[in-house]
Amino acid sequence: MSVGVVMLVHNAFHRAEQVVRHWAAGGCPVVIHVDKNVGKEAYDEFVKKLSGVPDVLFSKRHRCEWGMWGLVAASQSASSLLLEKFPDVRHVYLASGSCLPLRPVKDLKTYLENRPRTDFIESATTADVPWTQGGLDFERFTLRFPFSWRKNRFLFDRYVDFQRRLKIFRRMPDGIVPHMGSQWWCLTRQTLSAILEDPDRGVYDRYFKRVWIPDESYFQTLVRLYSQNIESRSLTLSKFDYQGKPHIFYDDHLQLLRRSDCFVARKIWPNADRLYDNFLNEENPMKGAEPNPGKIDRIFSKAVERRTRGRAGLYMQSRLPREGHENGFTSSPYSVFEGFAELFEDFEPWLARMTGTRVHGHLYDKTRVEFEGRQETFSGAMSDNAKMRDHHAQLFLINLIWNTRGERQCFQFGPSDSQFISWDLAKDPNAQISVISGAWAIPLFLSNRNFSDIRADAADLQRIESEHLNALRSPYAKARIRIWSLAEFIETPMEALQTVLDEMGVKNMRRVTEAPKMVDLTGFGQFLQNLKNQGMHPYLMGDFPNESAPVVQRPTRRKPYLVR
Amino acid sequence: MFPFDVQKNQGNTQPRNDAVFAYRMRWKRRRLLYRAWKRRAEITRVSGPAVPDKGVLVFSTMRNEMLRIEHWLAHYRSLGASHFLIVDNNSDDGTPAFLAQQPDVTVWSTPNSYKASRFGVDWLTCLQHKYGHNRWCLTVDADELLVYPACLTRSLTDLTSHLDAEGRTAFGALMLDMYPKGPISQVDYSASEDPIGVLEWFDADNYRAKLHPVFGNLWIQGGVRDRLFFGAQPERSPTLNKTPLVKWQRGYAYVTSTHQILPRRLNDVFELGSGDRVSGVLLHTKFLPNIRDKSKEELSRAQHFENSNLYATYYNALIDDPDLWSESSVKYAGPKQLLDLGLMSQGKWE
Repeated sequence: MSVGVVMLVHNAFHRAEQVVRHWAAGGCPVVIHVDKNVGKEAYDEFVKKLSGVPDVLFSKRHRCEWGMWGLVAASQSASSLLLEKFPDVRHVYLASGSCLPLRPVKDLKTYLENRPRTDFIESATTADVPWTQGGLDFERFTLRFPFSWRKNRFLFDRYVDFQRRLKIFRRMPDGIVPHMGSQWWCLTRQTLSAILEDPDRGVYDRYFKRVWIPDESYFQTLVRLYSQNIESRSLTLSKFDYQGKPHIFYDDHLQLLRRSDCFVARKIWPNADRLYDNFLNEENPMKGAEPNPGKIDRIFSKAVERRTRGRAGLYMQSRLPREGHENGFTSSPYSVFEGFAELFEDFEPWLARMTGTRVHGHLYDKTRVEFEGRQETFSGAMSDNAKMRDHHAQLFLINLIWNTRGERQCFQFGPSDSQFISWDLAKDPNAQISVISGAWAIPLFLSNRNFSDIRADAADLQRIESEHLNALRSPYAKARIRIWSLAEFIETPMEALQTVLDEMGVKNMRRVTEAPKMVDLTGFGQFLQNLKNQGMHPYLMGDFPNESAPVVQRPTRRKPYLVR
Repeated sequence: MFPFDVQKNQGNTQPRNDAVFAYRMRWKRRRLLYRAWKRRAEITRVSGPAVPDKGVLVFSTMRNEMLRIEHWLAHYRSLGASHFLIVDNNSDDGTPAFLAQQPDVTVWSTPNSYKASRFGVDWLTCLQHKYGHNRWCLTVDADELLVYPACLTRSLTDLTSHLDAEGRTAFGALMLDMYPKGPISQVDYSASEDPIGVLEWFDADNYRAKLHPVFGNLWIQGGVRDRLFFGAQPERSPTLNKTPLVKWQRGYAYVTSTHQILPRRLNDVFELGSGDRVSGVLLHTKFLPNIRDKSKEELSRAQHFENSNLYATYYNALIDDPDLWSESSVKYAGPKQLLDLGLMSQGKWE
């Protein structure tokens, strides 16, 4: 009879009864505290049902409310009774009605017998851990909290304000340093009785009655006065979310709990039949010596992060972050090329070959969405309908990047496309934007149209591109941006391409050996001069020499074989 | 500085929140309740036991749903729904007789116009007013199957307790149009089978969402119907967001189907910050082979949707037996898949 259990119960009595029987069958005496808020009928029935079980006692009832003194009073009365009635008990385990023993009781007994002087109680100073929620960390020890946070939030808040404003502070009893931690502990008889029988207990109790959430600090603080050997962790596995509410374990957590090797877990969902059946009835297969809640910790902290931060780059029915709260506008990096497809004849296939990424055409083309290979639908069943895209241009990009997680997307963009996305691209840190400004003039130059139309278009495109460049150069822009003017770019095209590809960070990148084929720019300078002569001043392409000689070396032709 | 030719309503717009507007919404809600109250005598209870006072209630209006009804009931039973309250609108295929044999279904019937009762919403509002007060009510059509994270292991009551603990009073779900591969008429489906067994495919992520300027709900459009039939008028394509599960109070009223509900705070089932909430998916089994007959019937009855004319082309397209499947469709593989695709979310209901 080395371990005794103190159990605080306030609902789900059929489950509590099951667990009590389990403890009792394992040879642990149990003292049960039932919340005074529970009606007489339910209480009597509960007592009656357990009347046949040996070594089960009921302690004096207190009214328990979260965050108030009642829970501490309940643990005090129940553990006093336990220590008094069962002199053989060496360790007292504090549990709740929704706690479920995961390992056989004898495992726990052996574990504790091997550590006869160790107190298992999570206890940390408030200064060192940022556990607390709601801005009341140290103040929970220095202010008074007579009002319930749950029922009287208004008075609670006003009274806190009032004390802060008048700078009313409480003096802490001499000799104690406030500590906090999980309220579920396992203490030795020596330590627990020292706390309960302390001649100064009246002083401490009076003080802690007005501390906020004393069940997380009363024993955690006082144990520091008496314990010879504190192991600052709880033997009860219990996870809390970012609001301090406990996570609930359901049937589907069975395997997870099995692998945790913890002795007791809370909070178990009362309808989790499989959990109760498995852990209470069968001979439990869990063997590990030390509890190992690491995996559960990881999964639940991931859940908390997902709840508070969301999945980056996912906009969906329960998540539509407003601007600035996105935690990532898109989910992964992508590349935008502006002007490249105009300057090089076979840029898209070349890029796909060189980088192994997914290369689209102008996704924001005004007539249709140019998916890779001009498919009608793309990953996620996205349609190539331009109207549908423009109905929500941002979500189009977000969806595309989300749908193709794990594969880098590249697409072309330019002033002839619809521009809704312009600022969003500039502000997205995932975007890598490479611009050859002024390249929009090349298709005009190559087109077979009346010069007055060309001039009007050129003026439009130049205006649109310069607005776009303003976005890219604004202080809000967070994308990785490189801008060349057309003249700059064609001076050293290979170097520029190499820089862009290097930045993409593609694995297995070889040095760019094969160049994409540049369009023939002979006469382009003259074309620009003509525009100038018409009063339309094209400036985005930089200083293009007005010449008649070709600017770019044509790809070298094969030498003719000479046969003699 | 902002890009030119930017359309109105691109992206998020904040819902309005001034006192006058709130007062107008209050009156709108009262009008809806009054409409429903006027129609209280249109439905008469025909069969079924008394409604139990615990558990989640399922409300639905039906017309000739023998094809789906058996699996539909089984699906919601397996989720742990405690009782079904069904308004039968003039079925002639034996639906009411079948429902009368079920131990957990209470049936009301009405011969009146479906359209005049706002597509059945008025009738259901009467029932919810009477039976749904202060408890969780699930309002779904016969072609909607609700799934939510971990719905294979956790019941609706588990879900509602979680929502209660979180202080939520409503639960949102996305309508996911399920379709077969190949022409609809080629599908081999017999009554009471799981329709998802034949309608296995869906559009994974081509959904657009924005805040509804009036009701403050998330207005989601997209999916297969949008992709194929509404390309010319994307702003008119079907609404896909729903708020099917609500902790009902007298005085609540659905506005259009279960897409919007008043008071407006109930539409708040999503996060505008970076976080995330638990949400579900309604598998929409509309595209069973009988859709063609139903479409013909709808065209002649003109009982559906506010703009019956607008939908004429759409129904005609359906009658032409289209293939809804595309290369990039995704095959349904269970709730976990929907979770990973980001169509629904777990919030912190780990």
